Amino acid sequence: MARIFGCTKTTFTLANHPYTYLPPGLRNFLTEVGHIAAFAGNFFRHVFYPPFEFRELLHQCYEVGNRSFVLVSLTGFIMGLVLSLQIRPTMIEFGAVSYMPSMIGIAIVREIGPVLTALICAGKIGSGMGAELGSMRVTEQIDAMEVSGTNPFKFLVVTRILATTLMLPLLVLMSDTISLAGSFLVEHFKGEVSFTLYFTEVFNSLAFSDLVPATTKSFFFGFVIALVGCYKGYTSDQGTAGVGRAANTAVVIASILVFLVDFWAVLVADIFYDL
Amino acid sequence: MNTLNDPVATASSAPPVAVGAPLIHIRGVHKSFGDNHVLKGFDMDLFPQENLVIIGKSGSGKSVLIKCLVGLEYPDEGVVEILGKNLLKLSQIELDELRTEVGFLFQGSALYDSMTVRENLQFPLRRHPNRILPEGEETMILRTLESVGLAHTVNMKPSELSGGMKRRIALARTLILQPKIILYDEPTSGLDPITAKEIIQLILRIQAEQQTASIIITHDLDCARVIANRVIILVEGINYAEGTYQQLTSNRDPKVQAFFK
Repeated sequence: MARIFGCTKTTFTLANHPYTYLPPGLRNFLTEVGHIAAFAGNFFRHVFYPPFEFRELLHQCYEVGNRSFVLVSLTGFIMGLVLSLQIRPTMIEFGAVSYMPSMIGIAIVREIGPVLTALICAGKIGSGMGAELGSMRVTEQIDAMEVSGTNPFKFLVVTRILATTLMLPLLVLMSDTISLAGSFLVEHFKGEVSFTLYFTEVFNSLAFSDLVPATTKSFFFGFVIALVGCYKGYTSDQGTAGVGRAANTAVVIASILVFLVDFWAVLVADIFYDL
Repeated sequence: MNTLNDPVATASSAPPVAVGAPLIHIRGVHKSFGDNHVLKGFDMDLFPQENLVIIGKSGSGKSVLIKCLVGLEYPDEGVVEILGKNLLKLSQIELDELRTEVGFLFQGSALYDSMTVRENLQFPLRRHPNRILPEGEETMILRTLESVGLAHTVNMKPSELSGGMKRRIALARTLILQPKIILYDEPTSGLDPITAKEIIQLILRIQAEQQTASIIITHDLDCARVIANRVIILVEGINYAEGTYQQLTSNRDPKVQAFFK
């Protein structure tokens, strides 16, 4: 019997199981997927049962929001500027420059805002969590929590995943707003479009079916980013090299998962809203 | 004054081992990591108020053994009973409750480096409010810090402390839940000889004041000589030899003698 991620698991042998005949790379990949799924399962097992670490949850919400606020704002603003500057000449060529606010608005709210923010957060928050928890694992701080009769999974992992899941949609909304502001500046100085006209056009072009899927998928982005960051840190190998590896792989896997979640979100949104 | 050579402050003056039901009872513990069979049927008892020192070569499984006593590792087979409870049959809630009775001092101190010293001591208390005495949390924290001589560090972060201070704060964090048993994983490793002696004296004083039983894993023979009521030599996964420090130093077995040369 062994305890995995704070819960009791019965170990079993895989001798002569078809699984053992798979190529090592594929086997390792499937094992990793299985471990992440078990980790996620353990999150849902812990999140609904007391004791609830509200104080740590608030602290993590502040950390996640505060840690990413400047970077998300800056990249969002620059993305808005660049998008307008790049698209504007083509739109002029086709005589469709009046559609600029609608087009930029839909592109940012539906896709660019959520995905860009998620990727920035995967780099910033995911790697931070991987490094922080990995370092705590290596220096036995997680073990110290466990032997003091505290559930480190609940204190460290559940709070971080929950905080990132809740905060990412807020960061996305903020990033969307700042991106649109950046785009407006280009339109204002290049096309003499007023603030009222620009944002009226933007909001007229946006529908409920644009906001709901984009906001919903942001929750999932937040969940997978923190899940992978926490998983990699919490299960980090011994040694400082393991901490670096945890931070690095957390970013890579979280970024790939963001795109996969985005793909599925678009497919599902297409079913419900006929995009 | 070299306190280690002071007969008043050594194991000879430590409380005699009380006879009674063992606090820890281990029989036939086996533990493997892949092909590496670390423990091969280890047996041990720890009695009330006893200081039991376990010595062995690096990689002999000493740390694995004490991790098995708090559920950080689980033996492949064998019996591990702590305070009369079979560790392998406890639910998570029961295990967490039992863990408050067993303090663990980590080799690297394992202080929470994002928290101040006060928060480090608050952390276990807030999760076990039944352990807070009527005097209140803050008084308990300050009193425990005073007992390790570091009350002035209460608002400091671990990064501001020296290695010896970190070890004392870690000990204070262990003591704040008033455990019946304390497990020390190499309490003097990485410390200069003077600080190591101070830690040893602190361990003896705390043991005398709080009447705890202790298991001390160490390579430090000075530490073993001063602290131990009884010494177990762990060789090839079993308790190869056992006795008082003096008995073992006079043991003719070459494997035992290798530790004392």
